[in-house]
Amino acid sequence: MNTIIENEKEIIEDFALFSDWEDKYEYIISLGRELPLISDQYKTEDYLVRGCQSRVWLHAEKKGDNIVFTADSDAIITKGIIAMLIKVLSDQPAAEVSKNELTFVDTVGLKEHLSPNRSNGLVSMIQKMKLYAQAFSAK
Amino acid sequence: MKNSVHDIRKDFPILSTQVNGKNLVYFDNGASSQKPQAVIDSISNYYSTMHANIHRGVHTLSQRATQAYEDARVAVQRYFNAAHSEEIIITRGTTEAINLVAHSFVTKGDEVLISGMEHHSNIVPWQLAEVNLKVVNLKDNGELDMDDFKSKLSANTKLVAITHVSNTLGTINPVEEIIALAHQLGVKVLLDGAQAVPHMKVDVQKLDCDFYAFSAHKMYGPTGIGALYGKKELLNAMPPYQGGGDMIKQVTFEKTTYNDLPHKFEAGTPAISEGIAFGAAINYLNSIDWIWAADHERGLLTYATEEIKQIEGLKIIGEAGHKAGVISFVIEGVHHYDLGTLLDQMGIAIRTGHHCTEPLMQRFGITGTARASFAFYNTKEEVKIFIDALKKCIKMLR
Repeated sequence: MNTIIENEKEIIEDFALFSDWEDKYEYIISLGRELPLISDQYKTEDYLVRGCQSRVWLHAEKKGDNIVFTADSDAIITKGIIAMLIKVLSDQPAAEVSKNELTFVDTVGLKEHLSPNRSNGLVSMIQKMKLYAQAFSAK
Repeated sequence: MKNSVHDIRKDFPILSTQVNGKNLVYFDNGASSQKPQAVIDSISNYYSTMHANIHRGVHTLSQRATQAYEDARVAVQRYFNAAHSEEIIITRGTTEAINLVAHSFVTKGDEVLISGMEHHSNIVPWQLAEVNLKVVNLKDNGELDMDDFKSKLSANTKLVAITHVSNTLGTINPVEEIIALAHQLGVKVLLDGAQAVPHMKVDVQKLDCDFYAFSAHKMYGPTGIGALYGKKELLNAMPPYQGGGDMIKQVTFEKTTYNDLPHKFEAGTPAISEGIAFGAAINYLNSIDWIWAADHERGLLTYATEEIKQIEGLKIIGEAGHKAGVISFVIEGVHHYDLGTLLDQMGIAIRTGHHCTEPLMQRFGITGTARASFAFYNTKEEVKIFIDALKKCIKMLR
């Protein structure tokens, strides 16, 4: 089982191979297509993280000391970025998840997707992931 | 008069910048237009040569700044052909102008008639004022349903508040007819001109509207400033909107008397440099050949519409017979957010989302659109670049 840091490192290495924006976005889009969809019972208003432009559904569950996330979005690029966040943070110790700063997003040049201006639901989604992690690790 | 897009582009320094390594194609003019050098220089010149607070100081700088600020008001008055300069109330923009009318012209329970294509700024202020809001329906092509308008308009209506041009659909509403029908019943009319002013020269006396709200930043001027035009007799009868400096005649703890128009509605130190630069924007627009500009923008819209319609699975939202340079569209299997993100990688700026018109999105059963909006400095070549880029994005996203 990889640690969060190891997962981040893998993504950074993947991105280092891309020479232009097209390769990079094609990869993100393909990640979005591969993302296992959230189960329909969680694709409801209760699990919706509202963004002004794209919508995100997030579900978290406890597995031992770990926290497991599933998520979905109506926009494929948002979904691709979610896939990366899940790859890094899902099935990891809740205490570690709540501390992680997600610096890899900046390193791979996708920081703009996490700016509040994008209104894509990602910023709120990350806040929610951390809140779940905090709640789970406190139990 | 300026009537060459090639020459006009040279006046806008930002148009020659690069974004993500590509020449910028700026099609987000509906959100905010770019600024000519004259406007940029005006702001710098103001702070370099005349900054001081206005309307009060006896010293030279204050007088110089006051003169420049009031000259700008007169420039706006003349451009819009208002009868008096005090009919131009300087505000932070269209939103504040509408809020002013919602606060000072109507009272709780009054009947206000708006339309289904309004921007949130022409919906929420009326809700805050707790008026009885009636909404005129739209036709499927994005035109106002005038039969519905006529059936909802009555002598009980206090105000008709309708957009001149729709920011999302591009529809140019039949405002002359709306005003004539309303006035027959003694009903006053406010037009939200935010999206009309970048595309056309507006004559408020010819329109005979009672209020006209607009923003400088959509008409090539600075952000944070705009105006409310209002007929003098109406403005005089209205109570002040906000209290503070500049809007008073005399203050005692027992009783305060208010200043005359336009200052009655202009509390506090205004955005002075922006006000003066608004004047510079108006002077610039006075140099534009508007017959040429209208023709040029129509050409861009027609070309873009024809090309975009060829794209499989693409649907234009808003196909009114009378439209300004705005195309909103949705594409089957492609989310507008993804489209906007990829176009940005190619240096192309468009708007995506609900465009602050959520009820309109609900009317068309969509969550958002992609919107390209043109200005007179855009070119046919840019439209071509945009269409090619659009096809590339669709290929990547489908």
